[in-house]
Amino acid sequence: MNNFINKGNKATKTGFGEGLLEAGLRNTQVVCLGADITTSVGCNLFADAFPDRFISLGIAEQNCIGVAAGLALSGKIPVFATYGVFAALRAADQIRISVCYNNVHVVIGGAHAGVSVGPDGATHQALEDLGMMRVLPNMTVLSPCDATQTRLATLAAIEQCTGPVYLRFGREAMPDFTSDSMGFQIGKSQLLLPGNDLTIMATGHMVWEAIQAAEILGFSGIRSRVINMHTIKPIDKEAIIGAAHETKVIVTAEEHQVNTGLGSAVAEVVVQNYPVPMAFIGMHDHFGESGDPHQLMEKFGLTARDIVAAAQKLFGDKVSEL
Amino acid sequence: MQTWQFADPVRLEEIAARIRKSVIASLTESKSGHLGGSLGLTDIFTALYFSALNHDPHNPGWPGRDRVILSIGHVAPVLYATLAHAGYFPVEELNTLRKLGTRLQGHPGRDHGLPGIELSAGSLGQGLSVAVGMALAAKMDHDIHRIYCVNGDGELQEGSIWEAAMAGAHHNLGNLTAIIDRNGLQIDGPTEKVMHLEPLADKWKSFGWNVLECNGHDFISILNAFRNASDSAGVPSVIIAKTIMGKGVPSIENDYRWHGKVPTIDQSSEFQQLFPESKQ
Repeated sequence: MNNFINKGNKATKTGFGEGLLEAGLRNTQVVCLGADITTSVGCNLFADAFPDRFISLGIAEQNCIGVAAGLALSGKIPVFATYGVFAALRAADQIRISVCYNNVHVVIGGAHAGVSVGPDGATHQALEDLGMMRVLPNMTVLSPCDATQTRLATLAAIEQCTGPVYLRFGREAMPDFTSDSMGFQIGKSQLLLPGNDLTIMATGHMVWEAIQAAEILGFSGIRSRVINMHTIKPIDKEAIIGAAHETKVIVTAEEHQVNTGLGSAVAEVVVQNYPVPMAFIGMHDHFGESGDPHQLMEKFGLTARDIVAAAQKLFGDKVSEL
Repeated sequence: MQTWQFADPVRLEEIAARIRKSVIASLTESKSGHLGGSLGLTDIFTALYFSALNHDPHNPGWPGRDRVILSIGHVAPVLYATLAHAGYFPVEELNTLRKLGTRLQGHPGRDHGLPGIELSAGSLGQGLSVAVGMALAAKMDHDIHRIYCVNGDGELQEGSIWEAAMAGAHHNLGNLTAIIDRNGLQIDGPTEKVMHLEPLADKWKSFGWNVLECNGHDFISILNAFRNASDSAGVPSVIIAKTIMGKGVPSIENDYRWHGKVPTIDQSSEFQQLFPESKQ
């Protein structure tokens, strides 16, 4: 049995909004940029509390990113959130040059992560944002697992970072199971469940699924190590190498394309340091579609059961080779 | 507020000649780069750094300085030569342009530590947004410094420019001046053949900007435009500066093939002789 209890479903975007408000209360240099979907991405709390520090820029993401760079170069701490698809892809060149090449402290919130966005369908489901952002020099990429952790990640992005940050969060209310006391350290993954039979490394909404998967695997005596990879970049190499070394097989789980996403990031470390068999739970070179979030998670193989199946196969192969 | 005392135009002519000579020399040395636009903007840059700007070459990070954003990073040679002649760094360093290890990157890069570089830029259409951000920050903090953004005319074909134009007017950024290098040419040929920009002044007016026009090679005309821009309270200004690509070297003037070309050694000495050493 694990100690993680769902305190009630809550959207990670709410955690983002709460963290942003808190950071705004503590530091008057924090400003927020809006691209018309302020409430939808959780920035309404800040906009209502600090109207003088909320800058409405309309549906113009490329300009928003450039403006954010200019504000940062002038000593402000700009936070700009919009849907991840529009932030990370439409404004990619502005992020690359005006933000990352200038290495300025701009916090970019990427909302509506993954297929759990649901009925809006493929156009609005961010499935490539982590890959787009982690390839950029100077960029830090965060993907917290629940609302509580998203609040902590938001505070860390605003108050601890000095360069560009991309922070990913979702729309749907999902289990909120972590606690403030667990803390949040950028680049340092969290060991949620100990185990040496196999490792499940998950990010974002898939962390809860990974915990459920570990519990199911436990019924057949398989002890899974579950690691919360809340930071995609800089990736926690030590935890990955340790998992490869000690458990010999790794399953990654993400609501994102497995090519370029967490799976790729983990594999890059594994193959260079301690090659072991891996399985990748995530989107496999495919767009999402409309549907109920849970139906979509099932359709695209993003549930605890899918993690269990992949883990059992890897573990079976490992045992048969012993 | 800034008091507008124009520098002596004769002196500015002399400085511009020195800058043009340095631009030609550095591009000859680097064997690649953009000569036409750099020469075309020399008078604008001379007017900025030797008359209009409130700045301190010995304290480039001074928070109260006016900012110059070069959105068209490819004309970096004129920015570098102007900064060097203004005293930001030694003129000799211009010979390192585009070479490995240089602070004078092909397009400006702040990461290489050259004093006076406000923004790493070169991907077209981005600078005006950054300038809007700087102008917003200054306005929020009640700072009185101005933000100047140098844009190309071909660059105005980028959609993001017009996103920034909307934002500048919406937020009443009277502290922002955009300068359009209106030489009428881009790599594929005349702008009006590649993609129509006219009626350009009307476009900016309809976006809510204070539109000024000047002769980009007449210092009185340029400085009058800068002064009028600074007087426009609550409305951003755009100066459409009529310029000649390659200005100062008659054999290359208005020839779009010189957008991204550098002179041969022989051409270079021929070109540099057009700018005799001024009497100090």
